[in-house]
Amino acid sequence: MTWIWSNLDLIWDRTLDHLLLSVPPIILSFLIAVPLGWLAHRYRVGRGLILTVVGLLYAIPSLPLFIVLPFIVGTTVRSPLNLIIALTLYGVALMVRVVADGLASVDRDVRQSARAVGFSSRAEFWQVELPLAGPVLLAGMRVVVVSTVSLATIGAVIGAQSLGSLFTDGFQRGIQAEIVAGIVATVALALLLDGTLVLLGRVLMPWTRSSRRKATGVSAPLQARTLPTGVAA
Amino acid sequence: MNFFADALAWLVDPANYAGPNAIGIRLLEHLGFTLVTLVLASIIAIPVGFLIGHTGRGRGFAVGTSGAFRAIPTLGLLTLVALTVGIGLTAPYVALTVLAIPPILAGAYAGFEAIDRKIIDAARAVGMSEGQIVRKVELPLGLPLLMGGLRSATLQIVATATLAAYVADFGLGRYLFAGLRTRDYAEMIGGSILVILLALALEGLFSVLQKLVVPRGVAAGRPTDVRAGTTRPPR
Repeated sequence: MTWIWSNLDLIWDRTLDHLLLSVPPIILSFLIAVPLGWLAHRYRVGRGLILTVVGLLYAIPSLPLFIVLPFIVGTTVRSPLNLIIALTLYGVALMVRVVADGLASVDRDVRQSARAVGFSSRAEFWQVELPLAGPVLLAGMRVVVVSTVSLATIGAVIGAQSLGSLFTDGFQRGIQAEIVAGIVATVALALLLDGTLVLLGRVLMPWTRSSRRKATGVSAPLQARTLPTGVAA
Repeated sequence: MNFFADALAWLVDPANYAGPNAIGIRLLEHLGFTLVTLVLASIIAIPVGFLIGHTGRGRGFAVGTSGAFRAIPTLGLLTLVALTVGIGLTAPYVALTVLAIPPILAGAYAGFEAIDRKIIDAARAVGMSEGQIVRKVELPLGLPLLMGGLRSATLQIVATATLAAYVADFGLGRYLFAGLRTRDYAEMIGGSILVILLALALEGLFSVLQKLVVPRGVAAGRPTDVRAGTTRPPR
């Protein structure tokens, strides 16, 4: 405990480093995954190809990816940009399938009604499909947030500073309190960002606040299937 | 691009296939570690998962743990255990078994839970005992999802075994750390490529296995992919 009190500045600095590493990938992966997920949802051929590629991407271990990526995109191994790109790739890999499933979960009758009252296909997507898929997307983004924050710590092994630096430093210097502080701070940061996302979801999707299931148009079994376990509750 | 040429040269250099640091030996270490960890985690997680799935009790607990576990950083747990038990393989075994339990547990209970209750009621109505229901109905029907859980656990272990080389001298991760220290990019990238290929090969193997375990006569062939939900991403 003494270590923690006398090193609060260090913990705070690493937390800021960590935020700078993990927030951009979270936002970027959402922005990239929505169009890709839409393509996978809309076109049958695209679906197989896109979902296979993102599935394989997801299987690549992070440490080797952190090492190989700079030689592909031309950054240096230690640069934060390298980590941001790698973490974005994982976020996209997670999210594309969720977007495709979320869009597919929108009731066909609802879409046809939108068309019947004169929505163009663009308006149908922005004003009907995307909002109705919202709760599923939110559930997916919550997984992305927690896993990105957790994954960002790995960068410390190759020298990119984050809360993970507390692990490597604590291990090398034999300070248990430093490692524990790092774990607690990482989990707390993940939960904080997750909570922010939930609040954001409430503000953006006021209809989910009451009688959730009826209003979203997402049927209960589908919701159970597409919502990641552990987040559904 | 010449970094990759160097890495390829490193990969095919016969010198790297001899001695105690040979690629073959490191690969076997890596695979052996993965297999042992997978078995350890399965012994704990599968019976508990089946029990939760069959009785429907403790579901909240299972969902809660798999959710909370996702936030725990692997590297943190690994270094913490390593500092307590010392350098060597014990820390990776302990840390990775703990981290591999949630996806397997989730696969086991989700597999049972996804079965239509009518099927189980029907089995009970024709006189099957609870044990028979578990063995002859729930187990085969739940197998694809359990396999999905094992698949994501395996990928996590393979990925994290790389990281485990940080606290123990073993596996393919050695090339990454040794290369990092000496700025030997060929070794570093070559080792990374080996790990990535191994992970992709296992992913392919599991996708075949997952198709094979779908019982004949089950029309809704493809099992739902549970990875996105129940697991942490690869490390």
